[in-house]
Amino acid sequence: MLGQPLIEIDHVEKSFHNTVVLRDISMKITKGECACIIGPSGSGKSTLLRCINALVPVSRGSIIVDGIQVNDPNLDKLALRRKVGIVFQQYNLFPHKTAIQNIAMAPINVLGRPKEESYERARQLLAKVKLSEKADAYPGELSGGQQQRVAIARSLAMNPLVMLFDEVTAALDPETKKEVLFTIRDLAAEGMTCILVTHEMGFASEVADHVYFTDGGMIVESGTPTDIFKAAQNDRTRAFLSQVL
Amino acid sequence: MMEPIARWFKWLSSTHGLNYSVFFDNYDQTLFLKGLQTTIFLSLACIFLSIMVGLIGAWLQGSRLRAARIGTAMFVQFFRNTPPLVQLAFFYYAVSSLLPTLTDQFGAQAPIINNLGWAIISFSLFAGAFNIEIFRSGIEAVPTAMTEAAESLGYTRFQIYRIVVVPIAFRICLPSLGNNLVNLVKTTTLAYAIGVPELLYASAQIWSEAMNVREMMVLLLITYVALVAVLVGLMQRWERSLRIPGYIA
Amino acid sequence: MKALPPNSLPVLLTPTRPALEPLPAFTTFVQSRALAIILVGGFILSCGISAALSAGATQPQPSILDVLLKWAPLIGGGFLFNIAVSIASMAIGTLSGVLLGLGQISPSRPIAKISWFLTQFFRNSPWLVLLFFVMFLLPFELKLGSLTLPLPAWFKAIIGLALPVMANVAEIVRGGIKSIPFSQWESAESLAFSRRQILWQIILPQAFKRMIPPWMNLYAILTMATTLISVVGIQDSMTLTKAALVAEGRLDLYLPFYTMLLLMFFAYCYPIARLTQSLERRVAVKF
Ligand SMILES: Nc1ncnc2c1ncn2[C@@H]1O[C@H](COP(=O)(O)OP(=O)(O)O)[C@@H](O)[C@H]1O
Ligand SMILES: [Mg+2]
Repeated sequence: MLGQPLIEIDHVEKSFHNTVVLRDISMKITKGECACIIGPSGSGKSTLLRCINALVPVSRGSIIVDGIQVNDPNLDKLALRRKVGIVFQQYNLFPHKTAIQNIAMAPINVLGRPKEESYERARQLLAKVKLSEKADAYPGELSGGQQQRVAIARSLAMNPLVMLFDEVTAALDPETKKEVLFTIRDLAAEGMTCILVTHEMGFASEVADHVYFTDGGMIVESGTPTDIFKAAQNDRTRAFLSQVL
Repeated sequence: MMEPIARWFKWLSSTHGLNYSVFFDNYDQTLFLKGLQTTIFLSLACIFLSIMVGLIGAWLQGSRLRAARIGTAMFVQFFRNTPPLVQLAFFYYAVSSLLPTLTDQFGAQAPIINNLGWAIISFSLFAGAFNIEIFRSGIEAVPTAMTEAAESLGYTRFQIYRIVVVPIAFRICLPSLGNNLVNLVKTTTLAYAIGVPELLYASAQIWSEAMNVREMMVLLLITYVALVAVLVGLMQRWERSLRIPGYIA
Repeated sequence: MKALPPNSLPVLLTPTRPALEPLPAFTTFVQSRALAIILVGGFILSCGISAALSAGATQPQPSILDVLLKWAPLIGGGFLFNIAVSIASMAIGTLSGVLLGLGQISPSRPIAKISWFLTQFFRNSPWLVLLFFVMFLLPFELKLGSLTLPLPAWFKAIIGLALPVMANVAEIVRGGIKSIPFSQWESAESLAFSRRQILWQIILPQAFKRMIPPWMNLYAILTMATTLISVVGIQDSMTLTKAALVAEGRLDLYLPFYTMLLLMFFAYCYPIARLTQSLERRVAVKF
């Protein structure tokens, strides 16, 4: 398996009705890698993550995640989603369940794990995101940053091979942003494969192994953080970076 | 224990002419309590069935089958925009005229469904049409982001419905559902028109014998307002028990 | 899992609409045609069922359609009476309801309390019981000094229906006023407006737009409730339908006759409901 990419995205195209959102996207992500996707809003970053997770079907091209052909019409979505966790900008915790229930429920309901074991694991994950004391709080009683960390723990509870993060800090204030970014950094350091859409360029250059710049549904430029942030070749990349930096 | 109350109302009747016969006349009392019992039974049966109609209808409106969606929408519009009294007459006189009759033990022809049965059917469909709309708008008010999060955790469509959509939608619906159920209880009085011996009918029997229309009217209004108050109280309690800390629907 | 060539898939991957999504296009389609479909379809269906049932009749009898057409003008006249009653009750109920609603926000505590109590009492009583109440307890004539005003049954019925309307209008008025943010009161107060001025010049004009949709909805409910007057012995479309059916004495006529009556009300109330909905949407967008 060594050298074989964990995720292989090959000439993916996606359009909604008549609007083309992804034109021609190809990526290879190996195990343990942390890939960052940056680019102006509307360039299709969220759509790409949703395609990887089969929340939306691709129009053309192929996506393979750990041997699972995502664009197969007979795709076993459950098998795919056990391997892929996703965290959204708007936390999307279930408001009627406590923090620990949010984390434990999918392993119980979807994977059929025993209750005891799932709750024990949920407690460990809460400790990992440093929220042990909030186990019995409802999402409405938590700050944005805390909710986001519970959402990360909820995804981790499924033991995914890869985690997708879609602008998870965009709705947070600078203080709480840090808590979430530290959590993600620790995850990446432990060797979790991550695909990260973010506007935090400092963070991206710190944790990323590979940076992709997208615009207009295409990957305009990609390379190591140094390649992109210090020596971008493409004018559009440079223009974008000069705006956000 | 009832004795002093009965004596006091007797005294009220003989000295002030306020004839609350229900409190001291055995026959009237039985009639009234039977009527109350029928009203409560009718209400509970209709509440249960109308919620069933609402759930099934809301489920059909989300169906992939176009015919099911159109059929449900037409059902809702029809029952919402026609008088419940005419609906009742439609079922009791028109629809039942199409059904075969049974021969009872005395050899007489008896309808398969009696007047109480038709009242239950008619009011349940009427209130059910409103419940369909209420449940559907509750389901639509659940953010799609929430269902998407569940989907990406690997839940099936049915699990998403059961574990995420229904619990949240139900909390959103509860106030409007409560209103509709209050209306339903008030609507049960229409069963009077087809001779179901519910509270209003029983009271009319009493006042035509005892000639105490005024007193019975006051008693009736108080009884109905009390019934509604009990229902409202129960619904509020239910709402409170389902309230999620920190969550604003 | 079959390995499919990546580039041959698009046809198979036609996007399927998730069932949880709201269906705006579909809803408008249904609403624009539902009226016609229900009116025509319901009618033909009920005539058809009845015709099929009466096919085995022993003696020749006039066709269902002929009988319907014979009675339709009379029942239609009764229906117009229902409409007239609804308009009168709505007018009386609205006027008194606005007063009761304003009473609820009166600075005088007793007035507010009494208004609140009356509103709750009449709102939570069954319409039919209130109608009985007024029919039996209002005298058949009113003596004002030497003047004697007769109180005919139809007039009492109008009052009886106006009572619950009043309570519901009061609730609409109170809700409309309450829906205007308190900051509006405060900022007007800081501009030295008097309480009366704030209410009439600032709050009510804003609240008015929000009160219209529920008020129209109430009117539709009232129109349907006017059939209750048949229960207390006043001749309306419902009474006349029953009378016609008794006069004809044919079992196969029940379905078409009641369907016709239902459709008369549907044809009147459904457009009101649609208009209410579109107004509601417009109000919702504005605020
Ligand atoms: N479900 C959808 N239907 C139609 N258009 C969509 C849908 N989702 C996204 N789009 C369009 O796709 C484009 C890219 O969106 P998105 O992937 O969210 O971009 P980004 O995350 O980079 O800001 C946008 O123009 C958006 O309007
Ligand atoms: Mg995005």
